[in-house]
Amino acid sequence: MYRKRSKFLTFMLITGFSFLYIPMILLIVYSFNYSKIVPIWGGWSTRWYTELFKSEEVWEAVSLSLQIAFINAMFATILGTLAGLAMVRFGKFRGRTLFGGMLVAPLVMPEVITGLSLLVLFISLEQLIGWPSERGFTTITIAHITFSLAYVAVIIQARLTGMGQDLEEAAADLGAKPFKVLTSITFPRLAPGMLSGWLLAFTLSLDDLVISSFVTGPGANTLPILIFSRIRLGLRPDINALATIIILVVAICVAIAAFILFRQQKLQDQDEMMAARET
Amino acid sequence: MTDNTFPNDLTKNPRGMIQRALNKLQSSWRTIVILIPFIWLSLFFLAPFFIVGKISLAELAISSPPFTKMIEWKDSGIITIRLIFDNFIYIFEDPLYLRTYMNSLRISITSTIICLFIGYPIAYGIVRSGPVVKKLLLFAIILPFWTSFLLRVYAWMGLLSDQGTINNLLISMGFIDDPIKMLYTEFAVFVGIVYTYLPFMILPLYANMEKLDSTLNEAAADLGAGPVVTFFRITLPLTIPGIIAGSLLVFIPATGEYVIPDLLGGGNVQMIGRLLYNEFARNVDWPVACAVAIVLLLLLVLPMAIYQHYQGKAAEE
Repeated sequence: MYRKRSKFLTFMLITGFSFLYIPMILLIVYSFNYSKIVPIWGGWSTRWYTELFKSEEVWEAVSLSLQIAFINAMFATILGTLAGLAMVRFGKFRGRTLFGGMLVAPLVMPEVITGLSLLVLFISLEQLIGWPSERGFTTITIAHITFSLAYVAVIIQARLTGMGQDLEEAAADLGAKPFKVLTSITFPRLAPGMLSGWLLAFTLSLDDLVISSFVTGPGANTLPILIFSRIRLGLRPDINALATIIILVVAICVAIAAFILFRQQKLQDQDEMMAARET
Repeated sequence: MTDNTFPNDLTKNPRGMIQRALNKLQSSWRTIVILIPFIWLSLFFLAPFFIVGKISLAELAISSPPFTKMIEWKDSGIITIRLIFDNFIYIFEDPLYLRTYMNSLRISITSTIICLFIGYPIAYGIVRSGPVVKKLLLFAIILPFWTSFLLRVYAWMGLLSDQGTINNLLISMGFIDDPIKMLYTEFAVFVGIVYTYLPFMILPLYANMEKLDSTLNEAAADLGAGPVVTFFRITLPLTIPGIIAGSLLVFIPATGEYVIPDLLGGGNVQMIGRLLYNEFARNVDWPVACAVAIVLLLLLVLPMAIYQHYQGKAAEE
């Protein structure tokens, strides 16, 4: 597929990427608008940023969202890695079909269904065993782990399949026990995949609105819940400012992560090629 | 799990016991690796659906939680099981629900087709680019995945509103005198769905096209086929798995979408995700909300199964 692009394809690429990016760029530009009415230009200003930083409500929501995202990313990475390993490296085991189904379904399940079902679970548990006594931090975190781990598992499965089993088999031939192979060969080589899984789980959690809205309780407002409650009534310049900060932070982090992962992958591939040549 | 013998000096030798436990752990680590995520998903993903099913067969009651019990112990010791299908009958008899389901399907199917027509040439264009440009374009497709979905929808509120960027531009250029109403219409919902779900269409298509063998195209050209014939007889049939995967990834979540119809459609566009949320949050009618969820799930079970089938096949390759 190295043939030159036709004019039509180039046109579609330009149109497509403009469609994807112009709304974001406009969102950022209007955050520097002095006017209170978002789409009417009133000159450059940073007043909405100052106003945003003064809002305690926003800071509380940011802090809550970051805490949930961090814990979620930790658990989701561990559980997702285990799940990916089981699916790719363990061959056939009892319940594999069900397991695979439960790993794919959260990716495509409409959020309203996942959210509603988790809520009724939490309420039934509360009736039965008295836990969770109130909804908020814990319930949101559990809900986020449940769908994030499926995304992590996808990344881990792809990475494991791409890695192949040669090195692991070699280690086993040289007398390493399966557990040793896992800890000293599989996990180190899986590290870049686990890092991208962690990052994805982190952002998925920061981003989630619908499932959080279902399982949250009074007083626990994550950042998306706060943003949603404000923009339901229309455009707000302070939300443009908040959006700009979020978009820039995410874009910078993703670019750095992509760069690191790309380089690491390249170095690893080089090492493996050298090793292969020496033998 | 091979070592099942327990020597008598177990209590006298705690170090040996720890050692043995470790050995046992090592030999059964595979089971543990499977069990931890398995139990988590069974408890927090699978079990909840049964509870939703159970509540959908209950009746609204003034209690906490607001529904009747399915299984009751009578004084005489007889267990009574009450299954109430009223909620499902209610959903199918009330034209509001039926209309909303049909409306959701119509909107999500149309959006999927629009995504396919926009996404296909973009994916093809990326595949045809040079190695460096290809990486950059791919990164630019993936980047919106990482930025907030909610904010991407919000961006369109600014573009489409009566005083928004598009109306301002059209008025200043003299095409129109009064703003066209775009926000809070079905048109806005289409734009929102296509905009947010386009990457989900492009990525599976790209992954599929990337694997295609370009020599087939050359062979077709050598045998005298023009580019149009080559596309329809070689490229298009070979990219059907990508088309199916991408379309399902757009269609399934779009059908149950809540945020986009709420923010961009206002009260004017009814979709089932929004109806479900309102039924639950404002009307506090849990049995009906659960029944609505079950019907939505039944609608989407087949597409989801097809998607999983293709995922499994792709993973094996």
